[in-house]
Amino acid sequence: MAVRFTLNGRDVAFDGDASMPLLWYLRDYAGLAGTRFGCGVGACGACTVHIDERATRSCSRAMSTLDGREVRTIEGLAQGETLHPVQQAWLDEDVPQCGYCQAGQIMAAAALLSRTPSPSDEEINGLTNLCRCGTYPKIRKALHRAAALLREEKAP
Amino acid sequence: MTSMDRRGFIRTSSTALGGLWVGHYVRQYPADGAAALAPVQLTAFVRIDPAGSIVVGARGCEIGQGVRTSLPMLVVEELDVPWSMVRVEQLPYALDAAPQPPGVRPRYGSQGAGGSTSIPDGWDDLRQAGAKARWMLREAAARRWSSQASVLKTGDGAVRHPDGRRASYGELAADAANIAPPDVVQLKTPSEFRLLGTRVPTVDARDIVTGRARYGIDATTEGVLIAVIERCPWFEGGISSVDDSATRRVAGVVDVVRISGHAPGEDIRHNLAAGVAVVARDTWSAILGRRALRVEWTRGPWASDSTRALQQRAAAQLQGTGTVVRQDGNFAEAAASGARTIEAQYTVPMLAHAPMEPPGCFVELGPQRARIVASVQSPGDVSRIVAELTGLPRLSIDIELPRSGGGFGRRLRSDYVAEAVKIAQQVRRPVKLIWTREDDLAHDFYRPFGMHGLSAVVDTSGRVTGWRHHVAATPRPRRDPGMREAPAWTGTCDPDAYPAGAVANYESRFSPVEFGMAPGWWRAPLHTFGAFATESFIDEVATATRRDPVALRLDLIGAAREQPYRDHGGPVFHSGRLAHVLQEAARLIAWNSPTPAGRGRGIACHFTFGGYAAHALEVSVVNGSVRIHRCICVADVGQVVNLAGLEAQLSGGTIDGLSTALRLEVTWANGRVQQRNFPDYPLMRLREAPDVEVHVVQSTRAPAGAGEMGIPSALPALTNAIHAATGKRIRTLPIGDQLRTGG
Ligand code: FES
Ligand code: FES
Repeated sequence: MAVRFTLNGRDVAFDGDASMPLLWYLRDYAGLAGTRFGCGVGACGACTVHIDERATRSCSRAMSTLDGREVRTIEGLAQGETLHPVQQAWLDEDVPQCGYCQAGQIMAAAALLSRTPSPSDEEINGLTNLCRCGTYPKIRKALHRAAALLREEKAP
Repeated sequence: MTSMDRRGFIRTSSTALGGLWVGHYVRQYPADGAAALAPVQLTAFVRIDPAGSIVVGARGCEIGQGVRTSLPMLVVEELDVPWSMVRVEQLPYALDAAPQPPGVRPRYGSQGAGGSTSIPDGWDDLRQAGAKARWMLREAAARRWSSQASVLKTGDGAVRHPDGRRASYGELAADAANIAPPDVVQLKTPSEFRLLGTRVPTVDARDIVTGRARYGIDATTEGVLIAVIERCPWFEGGISSVDDSATRRVAGVVDVVRISGHAPGEDIRHNLAAGVAVVARDTWSAILGRRALRVEWTRGPWASDSTRALQQRAAAQLQGTGTVVRQDGNFAEAAASGARTIEAQYTVPMLAHAPMEPPGCFVELGPQRARIVASVQSPGDVSRIVAELTGLPRLSIDIELPRSGGGFGRRLRSDYVAEAVKIAQQVRRPVKLIWTREDDLAHDFYRPFGMHGLSAVVDTSGRVTGWRHHVAATPRPRRDPGMREAPAWTGTCDPDAYPAGAVANYESRFSPVEFGMAPGWWRAPLHTFGAFATESFIDEVATATRRDPVALRLDLIGAAREQPYRDHGGPVFHSGRLAHVLQEAARLIAWNSPTPAGRGRGIACHFTFGGYAAHALEVSVVNGSVRIHRCICVADVGQVVNLAGLEAQLSGGTIDGLSTALRLEVTWANGRVQQRNFPDYPLMRLREAPDVEVHVVQSTRAPAGAGEMGIPSALPALTNAIHAATGKRIRTLPIGDQLRTGG
C-alpha cells in the first residue's frame, strides 16, 4: 500500500520499499539532493528535514512512518525567492565553508526557533549537528541573528 | 610524476606556471555582426558579454577552503572591476595538447588542492590573467579613440578617457579579444589593491543555504546505477570467496562485481583494497544488497596486528639511535657537559580525515570519452588514473569539479575514482559509487601514528645548549609509488623547524616502525604532530627551569633572521615573523596578568607551509572535562587575499585541531579498524566549540596559503593550558579521559 504524505507542500505517494530511509527517497527519487548524507546512523544531522515541523534525521526515518505527515526539506524552506530568516542570517554571517552540513544546520536551527523564539545558550548548545569544517562560532552568531529577525517579523 | 605527492605536486605546478597560461588568450568570436553579441573570451579566466556581465573562471577544487572565492579575487583585482559586477563560474579540469611529453598540459594551470598552494600558485598567474584582460580592454579603447593607453583609467567596468569619453568592458570586449597582450603585464602594487584584503562572502553561499549547491555526491544522469562496495577489512588482504545469491534476490539490485586489490607489498596505484561491489537502482537497494553478501577474505600479513603492538614497537625503537636526519654541533657532547638533560615522550595517534561528504564518484564511460564528476583534490591524478584504467587518451577524459563536502587531504587520493571506473567497466552503465561513513573510517589513508622522544640540554645559567627530536613513526613511502625516491622520514620529521638553527647542538633522528596501513596526508600533515611534540616540550623545559614559556620560546626562536627551510613552505623561515605572532598572542590574552582562579593559560606557535601562527588559550577543567574560556589565534600569512575566508580557515582550523586533540583517534585490534561511524569518532560539536578570536597581521609579502596553518599550534596551546590549570601534562593524544583518571 502506498505511503501518502506532503513534500514541501505537494502531495506525494510512495509505493517502493517501505524500509527505505526518507533520505534516500529524497536524494534518489524526489530529486531533492539538498538533504545530505553524512553518516546514515542519526549521528551527524547532515540529513535533517522537518517532519510535522520538527527537526528529524531523515537517514533514520523509514518511508513506512510517513503516512499523513508533512515533510519539508531545505528546498522548501524559503518562500519563493524570499529566504527564511534562518537562511538569511546564514548568508549575513557568511556561515558556510564547504557548506555540506549547512542544509541540516539550517533545518535544525529553523525548527529550534519555531518553538523557542529566544533560545538560551544552553538550548543552542543542544543542537548536535556536526560541522567538520568547524563553522560553529558563526552558526552560533547566525542563530542569534535569525532569532532577532524572526522576532522582528512577528512584531506588530 | 605519475602520482600525487605533496612535494611532487609543488614541483609539477611550478613548472606548469612557466609556460602555461602566460599568453594564453583565446580568440573565439569575430568582432562583427551578430557574433559580436555572443560572450567574448578574453583570457582563459575572463569572459565578457556585450551587455557587460563579466564572468570569471574559478579553477580550483573547492573543498571548503574558499578557493572558488579567493582565486577569482586575484583575477578581479587586476581586471579592476567591482566584485559585485562579476559572476564566478567553476572551470572543469582541462588539458590541452602539447608537443612535449606527456603530450598534454593543463589549460588553467594548477588546479589541485593540497599543501596550501592554491593562493601562492595563483598569486602570479591569476593576477596576470586579470591584468592581461584589462590591458587588452584598455588597448582596445586606446585604438578606438586614437589615444595613449597609459592615460586611460579603469575601475567601474569601463575604460575612461580623461576627456570624459567612456566605453564599458562589454562594448570593448570584441575588439579587445583580437589584441594579443604582452607576455607579462605590469601588476598593481599592494597600495593600489581595492579588493584584496577585504572580506568577500562565499561565492556559492546562496545556493548552499537554499540546498541548490551541487557536490560530487549529487551527480546523476538518466539510468544511473548506484554502487556500494564491501571491501576487505584487513590491510593487504583479498577475496577468498563470494556468495552473492541472497544479494541478487534483493529488489533493485542489478549486479554484483569484483574489484581487485593489490598483492601484499605492491604499490597502491589505483584503489586501496579488494572488494565486492553491489550495483543497484538506488542507494538503499545497494546498501541492503551489500548487507546480504557473504564474503570470505584472505586476511593478509597484518591480520593479527594492533595499534597497541605498534606502540610497543615504536617505544622500543625510541630506545635505539635511529638514523640521523639533521645534525648541528654535537648533541652528545653538549649533554655530557650540560648541567642537566630534560626528556619527555609524546605519542600521537592515527587519524581519519572524515570529510563531511564521504568519498564517492560518478562516472560515465563511452567508447571514445569518459566523464567523471567527483569531489576531488587532485584532478590531475584522476585524469592519469582514468587514462590508465580505460586506455583513453587524457584529452578524452572530462573531469568536472563540483564543490566538495570537505577534503582535509582525503581527496588527494583518488582511489574511489578508480573503483567507480572499474565498476562502470563491468556493468557498462553510468555508475555512481557511494561510500558510507563506515567505509570511510575503515578505508582511509590515515594520518600516521608517531612517537616523539625529545631531549633538551640546559646549562647552569638556564640556557638551552642542546636539543634532540627523535621520531619513531610509520615510514612515509609505504606502498606509494610517488614516494619511492623520498627518504623514509619524509612526512614525519620536520628537521628544519625551530628550534633548529637557534640551538647550537641540534639533532633530528628517525626510526621507521612498520604498520600495514597506507599513510595519507591529513590537513597540515607532519605539523599536526611536530608542533604538538615541540611546543609541549618547550613548556616542559620552561617548567623544569622555572622560565616563562613565552620568554623561553623567544629565546629558542632566536634573533630575527631568515634561515633555510627545505620542506614545503620554504625556502626560508623567518624567525622574526614567528616571534611576532607569538608576542601578539601573548599580548591579546594578557599573558602577564594574573589568571582567574581555577583557570590556566597555554600558548604555542608554529610555522606551517609559509604561514606563521600562534594560539593562546585559557581553560579550566571540571570533572575531567575541558572548558575553553578564551581561544586566540594570531596569524601572519603575508598579503591577505580574502579576509573573510582567511578568518574562516583559521577559526575552522583551530577547531579542527582542538577537536582532534580532545577525542579523535583511529585504532586497530586484530588487524581491523575499531571505529565504525561518528559515534566512535566523536568530532567536536557546537557545545564545546569556542569562539575563536582571530587576529591577522597586516603584511604585503607574497601570500602563503592558510587552509592548514590554523591547526598545529592549537593542540599544544590547549594541552599547555590544561597543564597550567591542573598540573597534568598531556603527552599522549587524544586527551580522551586522561583528565578523569589521572587527575
Ligand atoms: S546522515 Fe543522518 S544523521 Fe548523519
Ligand atoms: S561547512 Fe563543511 S561540514 Fe560544515
